[in-house]
Amino acid sequence: MPQRSSFWRRLRWPTLSKGTQRQQALWAYLFLSLSVLGLLVFTMLPILAAFGLGFVKWTLLSPPKWAGLTNFQRLLGDKYFWNALKNTFYYVAGVMPGILISLLLAVLFNQKLRFTTLYRTLYYLPTITMWVAIALVWRWLYSPQYGLVNWALNLIGIHGPSWLSDPHWAMPAQIFTSWWKGAGYNMVLLLAGLQGIPQIYYEAASIDGANWWQRFRHVTLPLLTPIIYFVMVMTFIGSFSVFAQIYIMTEGGPGQATTTIIYYLYNNAFKYFEIGYADVLAIAFFIIVFVFTIIQRQLQKRWVHYM
Amino acid sequence: MLARTRDPYQRVSRAMSRIVIHIILLGGATTMVVPFVWMLSSSLKTNLEVFYIPPTLIPSTFQWHNYLDIFKVVPYGRWFFNSVVIAVTQTVLYLFVASLAGFTFSRMRFPGREAIFTLYLATLMVPGQVTLIPKFLLMKELHLINTYAAVILPGIFNAYGVFLLRQFFMTLPESLEESAIIDGASYFRIYWNIILPLAGPALATLGLFGFMGAWNDFLWPLIVINSEHMKPLSVGLASFHGLYETNWPYLMAASTVALIPIIIIFVAAQKYFVQGIALTGLKEG
Repeated sequence: MPQRSSFWRRLRWPTLSKGTQRQQALWAYLFLSLSVLGLLVFTMLPILAAFGLGFVKWTLLSPPKWAGLTNFQRLLGDKYFWNALKNTFYYVAGVMPGILISLLLAVLFNQKLRFTTLYRTLYYLPTITMWVAIALVWRWLYSPQYGLVNWALNLIGIHGPSWLSDPHWAMPAQIFTSWWKGAGYNMVLLLAGLQGIPQIYYEAASIDGANWWQRFRHVTLPLLTPIIYFVMVMTFIGSFSVFAQIYIMTEGGPGQATTTIIYYLYNNAFKYFEIGYADVLAIAFFIIVFVFTIIQRQLQKRWVHYM
Repeated sequence: MLARTRDPYQRVSRAMSRIVIHIILLGGATTMVVPFVWMLSSSLKTNLEVFYIPPTLIPSTFQWHNYLDIFKVVPYGRWFFNSVVIAVTQTVLYLFVASLAGFTFSRMRFPGREAIFTLYLATLMVPGQVTLIPKFLLMKELHLINTYAAVILPGIFNAYGVFLLRQFFMTLPESLEESAIIDGASYFRIYWNIILPLAGPALATLGLFGFMGAWNDFLWPLIVINSEHMKPLSVGLASFHGLYETNWPYLMAASTVALIPIIIIFVAAQKYFVQGIALTGLKEG
């Protein structure tokens, strides 16, 4: 880490007297007190509590009772949980390939064409907008009889399904909407990565007679891997915690077809007030995200090249 | 990347590839824009015309009153006001707390600094969804359910802003405050008068993303707000959908109004958005 050395270098302040040092430390604690207190109360204690609440039975109506491992046992035998987990992985596996679209867009934008700024604005627009509003728009777009999607499909002779109320098509519809909303964000990230690749590498490759594909395959792609890795991790965590679009577009249905883990957690905690059990879902969610991030971190060593 | 050449064959193929790229980009851009156009168009139709087949792009008569109606059939004005209060307050407090802590971690020395900062970073490893239930119980215990404070408080202390601003402050030369210290300026004055003014772009970027996050947030306010007149737009819009399930003109008008502030901010401050994404991306790179 290059930051480390420069950071330590910066620590060499003008030589201060002992008294000034002590005074500085006191001021520092005072400045930090608000932030530390807030972090303690609204983040750290809730994290600790999140691990404790899984061991109680609590419906908010009666006082909490010690439940040992029963919530965890219930989780293992709960077919709705396994279904929600399966749906979540289905959704995540569907969203991840969307990164390829962003990569293609980023490469095209890097060609220094005309109208790039306008294009970039348009592609980026969906990413800044409110999920609730966007999900409403897409619910309307997917309307089986009057929606624009099926009308457009009709024009080319395809009879579209009733997307959001069809158990087989509801999740693909959710995934497509996520591609639409997320493409611009990852594109800007990847574009920043592309623009960080020194031109000299391309020149060297050209002199060696590399064609555009070879340049892409052996220069661009390897040097872009750190950003691709970052985009993959962020997309994984983001899509694993999908909620708003599920809540608005399909309400977890039809049946349980789009019930994802956070949606299931929400229902357990705030509809059925099964606080203890919902908390076990939160723990499971955390463990899965954590383990997959670690796995990605380990695998990263095999394919990510740092300049 | 495409080398200049006089070879006519290559020149033609280069022009061709440009055309292909433009066609792809234009097709993509259309896909990005059509849902917004459809939203706008639907919002100006009658509740009959939205169901026409084939659909009309331009409403036969513009139903501007849809935009007034939504303020009458639901407390839309109040929801909008709530969102403004929540997003502005949260952003201002977030910037203050994060910049003061970032300043302290980067420009001051004190025992335990590294340990405390490591603890800050550790909290970033736990996604916010994990602590939803404890945070809800905490708000309930503090009797803050259905208040702005419940929505605003947890977001203010997010360690991410501290981390980002600390990194930024570390790039500023240390000579900046040396003379100030010798002159006996207070540490708060160094922070407020010397360091903060130099952090304009970083604060703008963080503030934009903070504001956007607060404006668009849904799950947390959904949990801590259930009284009709305390809802922010996102939660209000969801309940509006529950009430007027198939009244698409109303729903689309309400969605349009909810998106407008963010779109205006985005167009006005696009530079900072792009910078901000590059910044977060470089974090690990």
